[in-house]
Amino acid sequence: MQIYICVKHVPDSAAHITILDKNHIDENISFLLNPYDEHAVTEAVRIKNNYPGAEVIAICFGKNDAEKTIRSAMAMGADRGVLITSDKVHDSIVTALALKTGIEQDGTPGLIFTGKESIDAEGMQTLFRIGALFDFPVATNVVKLDIEQDKAVVDCELSGGVANTYEMSLPCIIGAGRGLNTPRYPTFPDVVKSKKKPVKKISFADLNIKVPLTGMHIVELEPLKQSRLPKEIKGDADIVAKEIVRILKQEAKVI
Amino acid sequence: MMKNIGIIIEMDDGKVKETNFGMITMARAKNVRVFAFIMNADAAGIKEDLESFGVTDIIEVCLAPDLQNNPVIRAKAIINAIKEYHISMVFGLSTAMGKDLLPRIAALLDSPLVMDCFYVDFDQKIVRTSQYSGKTIATIKVTGEVSVFGIRPNAIEPVKVQGTARILRFDSSLLVAKGFRVLKTGGTDKDTSASLAEAEVIIAGGRGMKNSENFNLLSQCAQKINAAVGASRVAVDSGWVPYSMQVGQTGEKVSPKVYIACGISGSIQHFAGMKTSGMVIAINTDENAAIISNCDYYVVADALEIIPALTKILGTD
Repeated sequence: MQIYICVKHVPDSAAHITILDKNHIDENISFLLNPYDEHAVTEAVRIKNNYPGAEVIAICFGKNDAEKTIRSAMAMGADRGVLITSDKVHDSIVTALALKTGIEQDGTPGLIFTGKESIDAEGMQTLFRIGALFDFPVATNVVKLDIEQDKAVVDCELSGGVANTYEMSLPCIIGAGRGLNTPRYPTFPDVVKSKKKPVKKISFADLNIKVPLTGMHIVELEPLKQSRLPKEIKGDADIVAKEIVRILKQEAKVI
Repeated sequence: MMKNIGIIIEMDDGKVKETNFGMITMARAKNVRVFAFIMNADAAGIKEDLESFGVTDIIEVCLAPDLQNNPVIRAKAIINAIKEYHISMVFGLSTAMGKDLLPRIAALLDSPLVMDCFYVDFDQKIVRTSQYSGKTIATIKVTGEVSVFGIRPNAIEPVKVQGTARILRFDSSLLVAKGFRVLKTGGTDKDTSASLAEAEVIIAGGRGMKNSENFNLLSQCAQKINAAVGASRVAVDSGWVPYSMQVGQTGEKVSPKVYIACGISGSIQHFAGMKTSGMVIAINTDENAAIISNCDYYVVADALEIIPALTKILGTD
């Protein structure tokens, strides 16, 4: 069985974001494997261990630098990588087409993992688009996964810790949520080994994808300006509590 | 030209959830017909609620009873209704349900989708949302015959309007979901806590809560004002509360009208989940905590003393 993980190279959540040319970010910051994808990689490796001969492939659509993210996935246990390179940032519609075509050219997916969302674009949709293109069932925010004979049984978390249980035929798309597992962080030997694992590079142009007319285009990016001016509430607990109630009633108008 | 906007209404226990009304208000504009799609619910019972915010057409989407919880079936039914009623824009809430349903619809239609929008310009087809963990605001232009938008709960204030709506029945009982079966639904939120994504007020606890029991103090206070209880990653990782309560980068992203942070220092990752809140009130013993310099009101005190006092006053109202 070939297990594919779609990984994304994203800015570190702690990095300072600077906007260039109105709608791009300054990429001269630290990038890493999207945090939800860590759960996807960990789960894919766990499943692989139950299937002798199975192979885990990390596939990424990004700039040349995204190879680092594929190396991180390989240090966490993926066997090899595929990087579809493009100098441009594409929307989810094109990304799904690229990943689908890349997977198809590389092998035969028995299972496809992604993170439930990326922490940069926060689009929450690429996995569903890949599913629609392949005509595979999709589940998102998966916090429990069991692979049975020819099906996957998943728990998908909704709000408040409530989960639904779904059964999907294989192959299917699993959008990993944080509750799925505890990521297996690589040891030093893992990192060394990952450097020897192969990464195949394909240029986006060579996939001959006809870019559709429909899409999402970022016109402008602006830093979120926080204009909060902190005011102190002083006094003993009762006085403070009374003032909070007044604020909730008169200013926020929520009670 | 007349535009038809379709709104997917979220129900709870036979009632229209409050958060829908802001979304309906957002969809109202000149030359717009506002269609409300309700699935397996009694339209007559909620007609008054919906029309008082400007819905012109209520579409009762009827699904096969044994398949009504299947998100694939729901997505396909909405797609059929979109086609039937010539809908050019679809709105749904960016809630747990919306995050599962809206991308399914957009993917099957091959339509553009932007989640968590807090502004929509119908004519230009331009929306605004947060990106990069809430650090930037993105203005996005969509192209396509049908566009799908996830709307941030509480993004705009609901405003009532005079009007009447007609009810139409749309039968979608013959759909199939290939390779996708619902084995068990976790049930509706029957516990007393409001959902984090939709709550108007969130009371969240962090390291300063010290243990699991102290979170009961937050719950007691929250119950008085129908608030939801959230937590920082520290509280979750310490095992005091379940992960589902986590607000932040890798937890729930919330935009309540008021966020009360109790004993939360305010890491970048925590801010990523709550910086779009309307008002932030911080209670922390450390006056140098990051959250104190990025809030609207702060109290330098122990939340374990302030919160019970707050609960007491709210109880006497």
